[in-house]
Amino acid sequence: MSGLALRRVSKRFGDVRVLDDISLEMGADEFVVVLGPSGCGKSTLLRVIAGLETIDSGEIEIDGKRVDHLPPGKRGVAMVFQSYALYPHMTVFENMAFGLGNVGVPRAEIERRITDAARMLEMEHLLRRKPAELSGGQRQRVAIGRAIVKDPKVSMFDEPLSNLDAALRSRTRQEIAALHRRIRTTMIFVTHDQTEAMTLADRIVVMNQQRIEQVGTPLEIYAAPATKFVATFVGSPAMNILSANPIASDGAHQRVALADGAVVETAVPVSAVPAQGALQIGLRPEAMRLCAVEDGGAKAQVAFVEFLGDKTLVYLSFAGNDRVAILDGASSRARVGETVGVQIDGRAAHLFDAEGHNLQRAV
Amino acid sequence: MEALEIPAVQNEARLAARGAWSASASEARSGLFFVAPYLVAFVILLAYPLCSGIWLSLHKADLFGGSEFIGLENYARLFRDDVFDKAVWNTCYFVLLTVPALTALGLGLALALNNSSRWSTVLRGLFFSSSVLSVTIVTLIWRMVLIPDGGLVANLLADLGLPPIPFLSDAKLAMPAVAITTIWWCIGLPMMLFLAALQQVPKELYEAAALDNAGRWRTLVSITLPSIRRTALVVVVIEIILQFQLFGQAQIMTLGGPDNASLPIVLFIYQVGFQRWDIGYAAAASEVLFCIILLAAMAQFFAARGRERT
Repeated sequence: MSGLALRRVSKRFGDVRVLDDISLEMGADEFVVVLGPSGCGKSTLLRVIAGLETIDSGEIEIDGKRVDHLPPGKRGVAMVFQSYALYPHMTVFENMAFGLGNVGVPRAEIERRITDAARMLEMEHLLRRKPAELSGGQRQRVAIGRAIVKDPKVSMFDEPLSNLDAALRSRTRQEIAALHRRIRTTMIFVTHDQTEAMTLADRIVVMNQQRIEQVGTPLEIYAAPATKFVATFVGSPAMNILSANPIASDGAHQRVALADGAVVETAVPVSAVPAQGALQIGLRPEAMRLCAVEDGGAKAQVAFVEFLGDKTLVYLSFAGNDRVAILDGASSRARVGETVGVQIDGRAAHLFDAEGHNLQRAV
Repeated sequence: MEALEIPAVQNEARLAARGAWSASASEARSGLFFVAPYLVAFVILLAYPLCSGIWLSLHKADLFGGSEFIGLENYARLFRDDVFDKAVWNTCYFVLLTVPALTALGLGLALALNNSSRWSTVLRGLFFSSSVLSVTIVTLIWRMVLIPDGGLVANLLADLGLPPIPFLSDAKLAMPAVAITTIWWCIGLPMMLFLAALQQVPKELYEAAALDNAGRWRTLVSITLPSIRRTALVVVVIEIILQFQLFGQAQIMTLGGPDNASLPIVLFIYQVGFQRWDIGYAAAASEVLFCIILLAAMAQFFAARGRERT
């Protein structure tokens, strides 16, 4: 399985812990996206794999060989930096050839590899230019070309799309996905952008406060978040989190009462719910539906409406929370200030305990 | 009706043009107001003395007011003057001794001290401290080091059973001795300029080079030096201009001797102008020095630009 394995890796900068007991395995041709907010340690994770930072404890293996004692150039990794880090005084060709020349690849082989990579990335016409003569998107391609031309065992991308405009970001994202399908190597992509994570990843690693919160496929991360943090971090708009009181249930599934008295029967088994402690219910915007007050359901007041063209986001004052988001159709008739009914799909609800763990996953 | 409209349109265009002219004239006036202080200083302190010096160099003049126009005679005299010839070669020799050494040593020190350790901070201050001393103090210190009669080097040689070396009175050693003194005195500026340049090199370039398996030497040659080449050019040009103006060290340490072996152009100008009162001749020598410095700095500048293009 293992293209890359991290075992109990920890790292401190002085008194500040930046990686806390990280363990992770990645397949030899897997595309893993590390997702998390700023300061969660995701870039540091990339840097310790690359060897740009030493680790305080733990082990790193690439292709079954322990590498955490090796310098960056001996690990068989390549990295695309957020700032691209192209050598400004070298041409594109020289940028790509630099690493190959350092490991003694013959000149003819260097030229063949660069020509192949340039053809793959459609940048053959850029080879004689210097980075200052390139656009942001072209520099991005060169940085990717410089990485793949080394034929690394692990390719790493540190927020490589953050400097591009929206249109170019979307196009480059597709190109990176296509590139991975073509070269089938372990790729690690760090981002704080969940769209990039959801669209690119075979698996997503969600990090928070220097630890891994959850590892899973994009669907698992979205549909079965392990913690309240993952639930609220992934998805736009974020999952609605409301206080909930467990109420006695004679069935197999836990029922909870919201702050306004509405009762929701969840799909969470009663056995998974602790006897004591506060609960919170997590509801994705699409797990609720607006209806007329007379059609039943809980009552809520419309606080804000966002028309997005193909859909409408309606924010409600509901169950003690004044920013509960609901997805409505493009022709939504919700108006600010009006009272509406809300129907909740209890089977799609998540219950979180006081520590923020998803109780459904605890079964 | 048409006949009436055409002049009206023309009049509007004329008014618009006058408005635009008036706006640009007003802009020019306010611009002039902003540059005026520098312009006044430039004219009084640089342009006028330069022109005045060129005019003076065309005269046989002394400090007591007598002046006679002699055309290029002072320049012709200079090219026949063996002492001036010697002063030119001495100065060029001194520049060759000091500028490469200051550049290389400044770069070496900057590379060694380009980190945030406490020792580096202390050493940076220490190496720069010599730059704040006056030329009198510096030359006194180095005279005490170099004089054969009880100097530091002489004492060390004596401890080894060797005879003292007359650094300042030997024709072959006088200029190198002045050069060593100058390097010790001036090393702070190039070191600081290189340090500033090194700190501007993005850290990611070094990290990319590390991932590209570049060793220390390869990183220095392929990443660091190309990244600071503009600063290197500035250092070389500044040092050429400064070292061509050697005066104080030679005046205090050797008086240009022995046998004019350490006589630089500026000391020659001083002696001609203020000891022999031949101001016109001294002015001509000054203009020659000005041209030499200009040519040397420009040659270096264009050579570096040419290298950059290739």
